[in-house]
Amino acid sequence: MAGLAPTFGRGAMTNHWVDIRNADLILVMGGNAAEAHPVGFRWVMEAKEHNDARLIVVDPRFNRTAAVADYYAEIRTGTDIAFLGGLISYLIETDQIHHEYVRAYTDASLIVREDFGFEDGLFTGYDAENGEYDKETWRYEYDDEGYALRDDTLTHPRCVFQLMRVHFSRYTPDVVSSVCGTPRDKLQHVWDMVAATVVNDKTMTILYALGWTQHSIGSQIIRTAAMLQLLLGNMGMRGGGVNALRGHSNIQGLTDLGLLSDLLPGYMSLPEADEQDYEAYILDRSRPDLLPGEVSYWRYYERFHVSLMKAWFGDAATEANNWCYDWLPKLSETLYDVLHTFERMSHGDINGYICQGFNPLAAFPHKAKTTAALSRLKYLVVIDPLRTETAEFWKNHGEFNDVNTAEIGTEVFRLPTTAFAEEDGSIVNSSRWLQWFWAAAPPPGEAIPDTAILAGIFLRMQQMYRDEGGAFSDALLNLSWPYRYPAEPSANELAREYNGWALEDVVDEQRNIVCRAGEQVEDFGMLRADGSTASGCWIFAGCWTNEGNQMIRRDNSDPYGVGQTLGWAWSWPANRRILYNRASARPDGTPWAERKAVVWWNGNRWVGNDVPDFPVESAPTEAQGPFIMNQTGRGQFFARDRMVEGPFPEHYEPFETPIANNPMHPNNPLAKNNPGARVFEQDRANFGSFEEFPHAATTYRLTEHFHYWTMHNRLNAIAQPEKFVEIGETLANELGIVKGDRVRVSSKRGHIEAVAVVTKRIRPLQVAGRTVHQIGIPIHWGYLGETKRAHLTNTLTPSVGDANTQTPEFKSFLVRVDKL
Amino acid sequence: MTLKVTRRQFFKLGAVGMATSSMAMMGFAPEPALASIRQFKLTGAKITRSNCTYCSVGCGVLLYSRGDGAINSIDSIYHVEGDPDHPVSRGSLCPKGAGLLDYIQSESRLKYPQVREPGTDEWKRISWDDALTRIARHMKDDRDANFVDQDAEGNTVNHWTTTGMLAASASTNETAYLTQKIVRSLGMVVLDNQARV
Ligand code: SF4
Repeated sequence: MAGLAPTFGRGAMTNHWVDIRNADLILVMGGNAAEAHPVGFRWVMEAKEHNDARLIVVDPRFNRTAAVADYYAEIRTGTDIAFLGGLISYLIETDQIHHEYVRAYTDASLIVREDFGFEDGLFTGYDAENGEYDKETWRYEYDDEGYALRDDTLTHPRCVFQLMRVHFSRYTPDVVSSVCGTPRDKLQHVWDMVAATVVNDKTMTILYALGWTQHSIGSQIIRTAAMLQLLLGNMGMRGGGVNALRGHSNIQGLTDLGLLSDLLPGYMSLPEADEQDYEAYILDRSRPDLLPGEVSYWRYYERFHVSLMKAWFGDAATEANNWCYDWLPKLSETLYDVLHTFERMSHGDINGYICQGFNPLAAFPHKAKTTAALSRLKYLVVIDPLRTETAEFWKNHGEFNDVNTAEIGTEVFRLPTTAFAEEDGSIVNSSRWLQWFWAAAPPPGEAIPDTAILAGIFLRMQQMYRDEGGAFSDALLNLSWPYRYPAEPSANELAREYNGWALEDVVDEQRNIVCRAGEQVEDFGMLRADGSTASGCWIFAGCWTNEGNQMIRRDNSDPYGVGQTLGWAWSWPANRRILYNRASARPDGTPWAERKAVVWWNGNRWVGNDVPDFPVESAPTEAQGPFIMNQTGRGQFFARDRMVEGPFPEHYEPFETPIANNPMHPNNPLAKNNPGARVFEQDRANFGSFEEFPHAATTYRLTEHFHYWTMHNRLNAIAQPEKFVEIGETLANELGIVKGDRVRVSSKRGHIEAVAVVTKRIRPLQVAGRTVHQIGIPIHWGYLGETKRAHLTNTLTPSVGDANTQTPEFKSFLVRVDKL
Repeated sequence: MTLKVTRRQFFKLGAVGMATSSMAMMGFAPEPALASIRQFKLTGAKITRSNCTYCSVGCGVLLYSRGDGAINSIDSIYHVEGDPDHPVSRGSLCPKGAGLLDYIQSESRLKYPQVREPGTDEWKRISWDDALTRIARHMKDDRDANFVDQDAEGNTVNHWTTTGMLAASASTNETAYLTQKIVRSLGMVVLDNQARV
């Protein structure tokens, strides 16, 4: 969620499922909630039925969400920045922005350096040779004390507001319509509906999912939406927000716990190779305020970091050894993401790979490349409750997986693990709720929990290092292992550890003891940088206190009648349910509107129907900003150096585009596709052209299936037994395809076969003077399980990712369709 | 204040409109009546609270299992339904959640550790101890051979980049936390989860 954090401070859904019912307008774009999040989507229907809300869907297909929408507009896949950028321009030029909110709660008034600029699709500092930006100029102008200069009238030509206005002024309705293929009248209709939420007592919520993230410009699409919500004053409000609907049951939790190449728990990050000095590492991350007196909560980074090191290394972590700073692995690459990893694997630079509940052969782009890469491994370990295609990548399944088994020298281990119903523990839903559940039955056969498998491998390695010595082993030999049964750490023990506890008495500034040695910490405010506390994930502090496990709470009462249910489970951070909720009140502390109120100032402190996401005693007169994780305290229209391809979003074409150039910059080939994206040579050679593969394709989910799991389930296999693709009527007529025909869909990287569903729900679009047809390809089905055997969809998709996150561009690529 | 509703009434009320008659929202769970209308099929079942393992809505589910708790009697789950108390899902499940029982009992569930030896075309059953020991050996050998303590510029990096891991987004926070802790202590940096894709 790399678009949200640079704007608001945190990369998570800002509001929550039930709160959707408080919205007046729901914009679903880059997602299809009715299909992919059906039960959560009920709250959209609730808003429509009981809050008189309207629902808008903007999508390449008239999908299941569109079927119940008040208004639907079609769009070409991968052009959402143009659509939303045009909307931003429209709001500014017609003066339909929330002036007071924008002035007080955003960085609109801050002044940007004089040498910052943007020309023909490129921001200042572009190095065409390396495809990288030097971001030096992407900064504010600072005074002698390091605070940003500002102009509260928003008229200074280099204030963020004016730069943003000029930047998006190019996105006129005609230009947007030509880029997106959305007819002008529909565009205008959507824009007007959205503009109406600028008033104090109306909010719009935006729901999106992988339809925004899976583009080479995905993070910037999300940022454009985030900027839109700031302009309208819809952040921090009931029924507002930018709501990232995460795809998997605990994808939020795994991200919170930092299971990504560059992260540590709680959005802390691993040091880079050249960050050799501990103090400099901390200083770089304890971001100081850029406006006087702002909260800028990351200033306490060291408290969270030292507490983590104490949780991991116990007594071995001391001030003298910089809390084991040298023991942490340091990064020589910005990201060791999966595209990078499979590229290296395909060159034989990776020897071993562990797939825990993850099926890369089905889930990663360009299956042929994935197969070739896995075949070069020395060993592969698959930990899963189910059979997966990955574990059997070496097996010949005829046309579906045509490999030469005897030539594949990979040693593959397949380890059976428990499914959710057979284990205790917690998962974090999209709304950031940590919900605890219990095992109901033992697993089948000899399956054991993941924790036992991981501990089993780790303890054996530890023993080998003790017996034999070997490469650097201080960290692994000193890893704190305070578990009663070392071979199987329990969920309770692990949860208590990531919450954290006091190692010594913890005192506040007045020397009062706030937490006694041995007690669980109540919240992250109790964590200290002096080694007196341990906490494995600071943002989860408070989930397991001295009162016990807060994640099991089951009080579903809603005393304020606004849907907050503060007694149900536990939500990070600090059980706050709506992030940035200070912004639901005016600068003076009174709610913008009673029906949108979340927290307010009662004369002494912040109170309300949610836990304030703000220092509770910070009076409005102190004028601290509501976006407490940001150095400015404000929502950021200007991302500074936090985005790879620019501080403002710009439309770039997908790497496989159905048109000849980027209509925004037809004469600059450097600005055709995302200039900040990383493309490996063999992947570039595998991009197709629109001359050969004329149709724009996009992948998606169905409500009856979950990825490649549910094809192993009887019920789901009955509901959706066979692979299909969706083709619009016009194109089907041209190609002589009728409903039920079998077709072959090919890309530069391979082909799949499926049944054709000929539909009115995908219409041809007029894009930059050309007719573009879009093909819809569900991701489900494979050659294992109970459904009819089929090719994996990711045979087709290109291996290129978003410039910031390296999330693959599954949502926009080129194909050809042939009748079989 | 207590309020008695049967489970059936409760669902009816729910159907009228979630906002207007939200019993669950007011904290009234239909506990006392639970047993009375499930007399036949679910009598004697153990009910365990859980959450759907698929998408991020995190719907509440109730797992019904039988087994009398005695030694030698093994619990098995034979019914799954939505948790009516859950503030988001209120008893609903989508077609995926409704099929959870088939996932738990799928023919494709793995039961034993197995290995596919290089170049062969079959799975061989092995013991846990064999599997974990062989894997640990592979990892240690690779780590010892390829661990980098200093890079070319002389920076201490203490990392291991030739074995990587994908972590599971349906696993628990507790599993994820333990994974993170172990992986970093080994110096691994090639780590991702489904959030990447
Ligand atoms: S039941 Fe459906 S909507 Fe609910 S968590 Fe499961 S997959 Fe998601």
